[in-house]
Amino acid sequence: MSVLIFAELDEGKIRKSSQEAIFYGAQVAEKLGTQATAIVIGQADDSELASAGRFGAGKVLHAADAKLNEPNGMAYATAVAAAAQQEGSKVIVLAKSSLADAMTARLAGKLKAGLAANVIELPDLSNGFRVKSSIYTGKAFAYNDLKADVKILAIKKNTVSPVESEATAPVEAFNPSLSDADFVISVKSTEKASGDVLLPEADLVVSAGRGLKGPENWGIVEELANTLHAATACSKPVSDLDWRPHSEHVGQTGLKISPNLYIACGISGAIQHLAGVNSSKVIVVINKDPDAPFFKSADYGIVGDVFDVLPRLTKAVKAL
Amino acid sequence: MKILVCVTSVPDTTTKIAFTDNNTKLNKAGVTFITGPYDDYALARAVELKEKTGASVTVLNVGEADAEPVIRKCLAIGADDAIRVNAEPTDAYFVAEQIAAIAKENSYDLILMGRESIDYNGGQVHGIVGEMLGLPSISPVMQLDIDGDTAKITREIEGGKEQLEAKLPLILGCQEPIAEWKIPNMRGIMTARTKPLKLVEPTGTDKLTTVASYELPAPRGAVKMIKAEEAETLIQLLHNEAKVI
Ligand SMILES: Cc1cc2nc3c(=O)[nH]c(=O)nc-3n(C[C@H](O)[C@H](O)[C@H](O)COP(=O)(O)OP(=O)(O)OC[C@H]3O[C@@H](n4cnc5c(N)ncnc54)[C@H](O)[C@@H]3O)c2cc1C
Repeated sequence: MSVLIFAELDEGKIRKSSQEAIFYGAQVAEKLGTQATAIVIGQADDSELASAGRFGAGKVLHAADAKLNEPNGMAYATAVAAAAQQEGSKVIVLAKSSLADAMTARLAGKLKAGLAANVIELPDLSNGFRVKSSIYTGKAFAYNDLKADVKILAIKKNTVSPVESEATAPVEAFNPSLSDADFVISVKSTEKASGDVLLPEADLVVSAGRGLKGPENWGIVEELANTLHAATACSKPVSDLDWRPHSEHVGQTGLKISPNLYIACGISGAIQHLAGVNSSKVIVVINKDPDAPFFKSADYGIVGDVFDVLPRLTKAVKAL
Repeated sequence: MKILVCVTSVPDTTTKIAFTDNNTKLNKAGVTFITGPYDDYALARAVELKEKTGASVTVLNVGEADAEPVIRKCLAIGADDAIRVNAEPTDAYFVAEQIAAIAKENSYDLILMGRESIDYNGGQVHGIVGEMLGLPSISPVMQLDIDGDTAKITREIEGGKEQLEAKLPLILGCQEPIAEWKIPNMRGIMTARTKPLKLVEPTGTDKLTTVASYELPAPRGAVKMIKAEEAETLIQLLHNEAKVI
């Protein structure tokens, strides 16, 4: 009856958001008086797999079938459903991601599960199974009662801050039976930014809007981001104009993020932009217009020209 | 080719969300309802495919009577007919069951919808429908081209994109820039009035999830302003006070 956690790999390493999911799942397991089991799919070495124990997993199931090396939402859902069945898991936890989103939807269908997406707190078990989630793109919260036998919780980044122990988890090979139907979508090619801090996982984000005037000016944004070891993001018009890739667009119709620090440079703070970033822990706004609406939602603000302010901030970070 | 486009009716993106009845209901007073922005992309691509290939486009909404203006707008944009399943769409599994039931009756080549609704942000319906119908589902889709019975798709992934191919029938959760949003013209609005809108009663299981109550985020504290001439102080504050760097 363990709580099952899907821990996602990124180039052989357990993603940071999945470490949070393991830690969260282990706490749910404790509340339920049971064990936390992580399932990891794809190639990873044993020490990496065993490291799930540091975040609270009592055991790791490792599905290493070569067919599963490519992330594939449908096949991964089949594997996780099989693991849930083997372990008798009634609660499945995972961190939101592009792969996890595609997988969770299939999994919910397979298991006829009650699902809460964008979960931001541990469940309240005092009267059934109630979880708080972020809805209306961060503009509100819902307390969801999950009534189905199987419950899936897709947690938002920064829902918990993992405390690591020295524990290592035993690793068991897991061989789910997969069918051809799981592989009917073929991947022809993949383009991925490499080396940079990826936006959905980032703790620190430097974001810029139309105030930067053009793509040729992004150097000052990237420099500040690199110095902080932060990811870069942008407002919708910026990606619409192809100044930046679509994967950097945050907001109502873009990515929803909740980093520890969000620095908005030359962004007006339209409600649709705010919707995707308002759950950031600390918001800094730099805008030359003192009446820019974004200042109302900020923790720190500078009324100033980004072309003057950003290079000075970069220098100040280097001096820290 | 037969295309089904599933659309939600959601509060306009500029809506300040508020609740009534002891925080158990959305306060709809003064709220304008629109087609889910992601669904708009799905519909726009469906209409483009119709113009290119002569496909038929049916719009499906699981929703109450107040969703009808949104459905009529979809007809005005170019859908041929519409179906409304008369039920409150608060649970993804329940909504998926309604869509799957309609799809079973009509066998569509493509079922398009938005990647997620902007009210509950679940992003689940496409995958659940896929399981129910035993069909592949892909989301979020940024580009879609149809070549015979093969779909060529670009899907967004973390920090990049993926080129995929799959055979029809398929279920896709769409997002920009799959197509340009379309605005209805006068002729569209006039003809939409006479296009068929079929009303269907819901089937299926009880809801697997319900919302007990809602809550608004606590307001942020007052903003601390730093003079531009002293911009460097910000870094000190982020380091020593907020402790985020
Ligand atoms: C359905 C819908 C969905 C949407 N979804 C999103 C979304 O997901 N994400 C999103 O971002 N937007 C979204 N929008 C668009 C949103 O409404 C705004 O238009 C957009 O966020 C504005 O982007 P911006 O602030 O970069 O540009 P602008 O509104 O042009 O603002 C630029 C800002 O830069 C400042 N500035 C200019 N020069 C300088 C300088 N030298 N130094 C400092 N500051 C300067 C200006 O004072 C201004 O405040 C959506 C809109 C709709 C209708």
